[in-house]
Amino acid sequence: MRILVVGGGTGGTILANNLTRRLAGEVRAGKIRITMLSDSDRHMYQPGLLYVAFGQMTPDQLYRDQASMLESSIAFHVDAVTEFHFDKNQVKTKSGKTHEYDILAIATGARIVPQEVPGLSEGSENFFTEEGAVRLHKRLMEFQGGTVAMTVSIPHKCPVAPVEAMFMLHDFFKARGIRDKVKLRYHYPTNRVHATSNVAQWAKPEFDRAGIEYETLFNLKEVDPVNKIVYSEEGSAVKYDLLIAIPPHRGSEIAEKNNLGQAGWIPTDRFKLTMNGHDNVYVIGDATNIPVSKTGSAAHFEAEVVAENIASVIKTGTPVREYDGKVYCFIEAGYDRATYNAFDYVNLPVLKPPSKAIHWFKVAYNQMYWTTVRGLL
Amino acid sequence: MSQVKIVDACNTFCPGPLMELISNMKQASVGDVLELLSTDEGSVNDVPEWVNKVGHELVSSQNIDGIWHIKIRKTK
Ligand SMILES: Cc1cc2nc3c(=O)[nH]c(=O)nc-3n(C[C@H](O)[C@H](O)[C@H](O)COP(=O)(O)OP(=O)(O)OC[C@H]3O[C@@H](n4cnc5c(N)ncnc54)[C@H](O)[C@@H]3O)c2cc1C
Repeated sequence: MRILVVGGGTGGTILANNLTRRLAGEVRAGKIRITMLSDSDRHMYQPGLLYVAFGQMTPDQLYRDQASMLESSIAFHVDAVTEFHFDKNQVKTKSGKTHEYDILAIATGARIVPQEVPGLSEGSENFFTEEGAVRLHKRLMEFQGGTVAMTVSIPHKCPVAPVEAMFMLHDFFKARGIRDKVKLRYHYPTNRVHATSNVAQWAKPEFDRAGIEYETLFNLKEVDPVNKIVYSEEGSAVKYDLLIAIPPHRGSEIAEKNNLGQAGWIPTDRFKLTMNGHDNVYVIGDATNIPVSKTGSAAHFEAEVVAENIASVIKTGTPVREYDGKVYCFIEAGYDRATYNAFDYVNLPVLKPPSKAIHWFKVAYNQMYWTTVRGLL
Repeated sequence: MSQVKIVDACNTFCPGPLMELISNMKQASVGDVLELLSTDEGSVNDVPEWVNKVGHELVSSQNIDGIWHIKIRKTK
């Protein structure tokens, strides 16, 4: 039996390693072969980009060699998939090869598309790519005063990132001794400061305490990079000196090119994590269209469910469990405090007051991530 | 021709029903009707507030067996 994992990021790596361990006997006996195709020989710890923007990590700290993250029996090829042929159980790759599978898992992630908003690429900075985070850090270090505005376009990875970034901006400018010269303005698409009501209830008084101004029901329409003004769909116009954008996202380019789903989000059963209409194709992580947050945490828990189910179906003919929507995310509340957000399809997150202990746990997790993707933690 | 697209956001908290609606609205064409399914009581007020502010049209809102079915027509 051939199992093919496409995408060597958080979800794909956890899935491939977990599955290889569960099926160690079958793999050793040559009954099962697990292959991974990715378009990069490196693996990036994306949450670290936030810290790069604030000078707390350097880009080289965010990468590991992907081959070193994988169980040695996994056949790993750096060869991007270019075409999916579900009717033939085949994918084609950039190098011209065809890979056949019995079970396919797609974990090709999401990408930013600032070009969807007129003027956004030219007029803003962001921390969603390495290049962006490095440039933003430089801009922040050079900033001498004025209005720093943040706009949030959706959908986007890591729903709490905008809130975290605002608290970190507050502490960053405090540490530089120029907080009184900086106006921090936050703009959010829904009618609260965060889409999740309990996060909003917690963040609003924290914003007030930190002197962070906010405007809700602000859906970014366009940016005038020359006059430095952002316009919302709702009709407001805001002047800025430095614009930090949470850019809109789409699914991977390959998902979009193959018309796997609207805007590249692949239609997926939110419990079974199979692609709609294809029982032998699983989709995990940012690539899906399921209504959970696009986080490494969701990708991780989904990967575990899929690994358990594939292994169980192979061994007993029956899957073991469904994905329950579980997500666990740290929320940095500044430079030295954090809280967390844990929820599933049934239970709403209940936020605890931020503490230093949780912040230090997040800092530790930034390193522990590598043991998590290897499947050791 | 306009079409009704279901956006099933039942039992989701993060990013939540309104965010799912806004994301889907961006992909829709003018004239399309989206039907948001939500189990979040907050949607009954949040969705019309957003729809009014942006200027789309609220077609209907009803609770059927504990699920809110809120229909919105994209107008721009
Ligand atoms: C600034 C920032 C902060 C974040 N903070 C957090 C946080 O605090 N907590 C949290 O849980 N999450 C956080 N996230 C989100 C998290 O990083 C992602 O949700 C997670 O990486 C998703 O995993 P994935 O496997 O779906 O996709 P990815 O990890 O993005 O992996 C996708 C993989 O697919 C590969 N690929 C793409 N196209 C092809 C192709 N055609 N062929 C083969 N391979 C391909 C890519 O090279 C990549 O290896 C953050 C993200 C960012 C950007």
